[in-house]
Amino acid sequence: MAATAPTPVIEARKLVKRYGHVTALDEADFEVLPGEILAVIGDNGAGKSTLIKALSGALVPDSGQIFVDGQLVHFHNPVDARRHGIETVYQDLAVAPAMTIAENLFLGREATRGGWLGSMLRLLDKKKMQAEASAHMKDLQIGIRSMKQAVETLSGGQRQGVAVARSAAFARHVVIMDEPTAALGVKESNMVLDLIRRVRDRGLPVILISHNMPHVFEVSDRIHIQRLGRRAALVRASEIKMSDAVAIMTGALEYKAAA
Amino acid sequence: MKPNRLVLLSLLMCTAAFAYAQQPIVGLITKTDTNPFFVKMKQGAEAAAKADGAKLMSAAGKFDGDNAGQMTAIENMVTAGAKAILITPSDTKAIVPSIKKARGAGVLVIALDTPTDPQDATDALFATDNFKAGVLIGQYAKAAMAGKKAKIATLDLAPGITVGQLRHDGFLKGFGIKEGDPMIVCSQDTQGDRAKGQTAMENCLQKAPDINVVYTINEPAAAGAYQALKAAGKEKSVLIVSVDGGCEGVRNIQAGVIGATSQQYPLKMAQLGVDAGVAYAKTGKKVSGYTDTGVTLITDKPMKGVDSKDTKFGLSACWG
Amino acid sequence: MSTQTAAAVSPGVRSLFAHLPPVATFGPFIALALACTFFAFQSDRFLAGQNFSLILQQVMVVGVVAIGQTLVILTAGIDLSCGMIMALGSIVMTKFAVDLGMNPYLAILCGLLVCVAFGFLNGSLITYVRLPPFIVTLGTLNIAFAITQIYSKSQTVAGLPDAMLFFGNTFKIADTSVTYGTVLMLLMYLGAWVVLRETAPGRHVYALGNNPEAARLMGIPARRMLVVIYTIAGLIYGIAALLLVARTNVGDPQAGQTDNLESITAVVLGGTSLFGGRGMILGTLIGALIIGVIRNGLTLMGVPSVYQILITGILVILAVATDQMSRRKA
Repeated sequence: MAATAPTPVIEARKLVKRYGHVTALDEADFEVLPGEILAVIGDNGAGKSTLIKALSGALVPDSGQIFVDGQLVHFHNPVDARRHGIETVYQDLAVAPAMTIAENLFLGREATRGGWLGSMLRLLDKKKMQAEASAHMKDLQIGIRSMKQAVETLSGGQRQGVAVARSAAFARHVVIMDEPTAALGVKESNMVLDLIRRVRDRGLPVILISHNMPHVFEVSDRIHIQRLGRRAALVRASEIKMSDAVAIMTGALEYKAAA
Repeated sequence: MKPNRLVLLSLLMCTAAFAYAQQPIVGLITKTDTNPFFVKMKQGAEAAAKADGAKLMSAAGKFDGDNAGQMTAIENMVTAGAKAILITPSDTKAIVPSIKKARGAGVLVIALDTPTDPQDATDALFATDNFKAGVLIGQYAKAAMAGKKAKIATLDLAPGITVGQLRHDGFLKGFGIKEGDPMIVCSQDTQGDRAKGQTAMENCLQKAPDINVVYTINEPAAAGAYQALKAAGKEKSVLIVSVDGGCEGVRNIQAGVIGATSQQYPLKMAQLGVDAGVAYAKTGKKVSGYTDTGVTLITDKPMKGVDSKDTKFGLSACWG
Repeated sequence: MSTQTAAAVSPGVRSLFAHLPPVATFGPFIALALACTFFAFQSDRFLAGQNFSLILQQVMVVGVVAIGQTLVILTAGIDLSCGMIMALGSIVMTKFAVDLGMNPYLAILCGLLVCVAFGFLNGSLITYVRLPPFIVTLGTLNIAFAITQIYSKSQTVAGLPDAMLFFGNTFKIADTSVTYGTVLMLLMYLGAWVVLRETAPGRHVYALGNNPEAARLMGIPARRMLVVIYTIAGLIYGIAALLLVARTNVGDPQAGQTDNLESITAVVLGGTSLFGGRGMILGTLIGALIIGVIRNGLTLMGVPSVYQILITGILVILAVATDQMSRRKA
């Protein structure tokens, strides 16, 4: 057991977000540590997605602070968050189905050729992108041979793999995954859970938002339970029963942290 | 004091309105309001209305073939109290029910330029004899060929449009041949458009480089055909004939682009129409039947046996 | 839908289909080749250099307009105002040169600027006021048409300075005269092809049409790009105006009225999807050539014009159907 607690990769203190009379975030706290898979669970309306949007730069909280690696940051848009090394795998994947795997991996961040061709005309270095895409996919052991395939020709699980590989390739601090197994069958869900573990093993912590309790308990290190706009509990997955976690989520059980 | 002034004012207004209302209202509905032919027609109608002491209401379809727009215009004019309506029908069949309704309401309906189908659906028709227009230029072309073997190209309008069909058939009659005659080496549609006329002529020349007579549906198509002939170096050896007699077209005759054109008189159509409408409004006398508003062959190279007038006359009587 | 049919086919076959480009890539070219072969047998005047040069000249104006239309359609938009913007541009440049005695190059520039302004108007209304492209360009179509008629008083403008007619001039390749305008058209297609295929902004155009939300989330400036695309389309229509003037020798206010549907036809025949995000710019060139070849070939055969319209209509349905079916297989 370490004498000093490690600095959280991302930490949020007392985040507040109101929409008219509705308070979505009520002085919510958050932290994710290096090398862990943190699941964020909570019922609808608990403020789960608002919290994640604040962390990924999709919205600006009314008050509160966000720290990346101990440094105070302000995100005005997703590009800001991305610049700080926070990547998000969106629920609908945000891929262009007609375009190839390599093109999707580098969408918005294409590799250009050197010299004036690259800087002035932004001529693409397709070979480089294909090679790098191939390497990333191999790294995560996603079994697709050709990077020139159109994403729409892939199965649901393979498409998820492409979205995850994209985030893992560019993330420096954390990968946020929003309901990655929601649309998948058993076999493909397991593929994706393996993928999540591999991302963590490469040194990137993963924030996993999910409604699927079995998956949450199968793959997470810790669980952040969100309720009524605040963090109701932050526990190790191994130290809590699934039924208790659900109870805390719904408010049937009050969580008391060990002293 | 005040109530009296009010009574006086309203009395004056009523009298004025009454006097104004006594002005007969004549309506003019053209196919579009951008084609210079119809612009001239409207100008002629306005002038005639002023001279006759009548009020002119005008409307037009949005495009050639806009039957719905013309139907609406008829209804609006009848409601507004028009005693006579002059119309150049876009769809010669589909407009007939609306015309019937208007006539049933006591309105005199006169077709201008294009007959309805059937022709007696309107009280009267003031139009160019489009067939005759074609005959004149056909006769001219025949005479100009002076016995030489003719290779004819016809640059037509579009499938199914009466005006185009009449002029085409008239040309053939005037030239003395029937449809399918081997002298006709090429027939293509142009929609009366300059660029499409150019393309049609280019393709016809590719098919039969020795074309020496070109019939064109109107003067923009003729100008396009000339462009194609010029690019092929053949503009001097090919005779182009056309119909319309717009000022631009007559100037093209002067320039040697078009050999001869049949000039028609939209101004006269409008004038006769307004006069007839006002007469009906004032006396109830209806005009009927077909009145040929005339067509004149305009050319600077007259041929024996074919009556024509020169471009000086053409410019004085042209439209557009 | 796609996962079920994919499951029915063995993985090997499925990946083979995935590797092949869809039929849409080769279909138009095959159609063009078939048409040319057919007409070559029907008339001995078809397969001549001079005839092909002619066909290129005939498709040149709509061909260039269709480049702009392709860009717009790739973003899942549509531009109905293209022909009218072109006509307005041609009237502005010719009237400025003839009536105002302006230097011809300056007059051309003014015409181009007017077209760019209309393109920018289209893009801004679509992007910032969030109106559907169909409706916006329907409106600007009428506005441009009306301005053209009012300014020109519906009269054609003749007596143009030689400098304006440059693109109608010809030079010889072997025995065939080729106009500079057709060369410009081909160069423009080549340039558009390179930009769309090989540059980052080009790929962003496809992304915008295929999944605009994804493009936005990935940091692609979607709104700015859309405005730029419609503005560039406007410029392209302006260039088409100059080519039209050079071909017909006049400024014609009645020109371009059917160019919107013709350019869309060329785009569809070329295999580009009206839903955006897929298609090839070179396909549009082939689509335009198909229209020109059929018109030329049928004229050489002496077939009435109405059959050109019939065949074009059938081809359009075939083009869209084969594209849809090939995509369902993969």
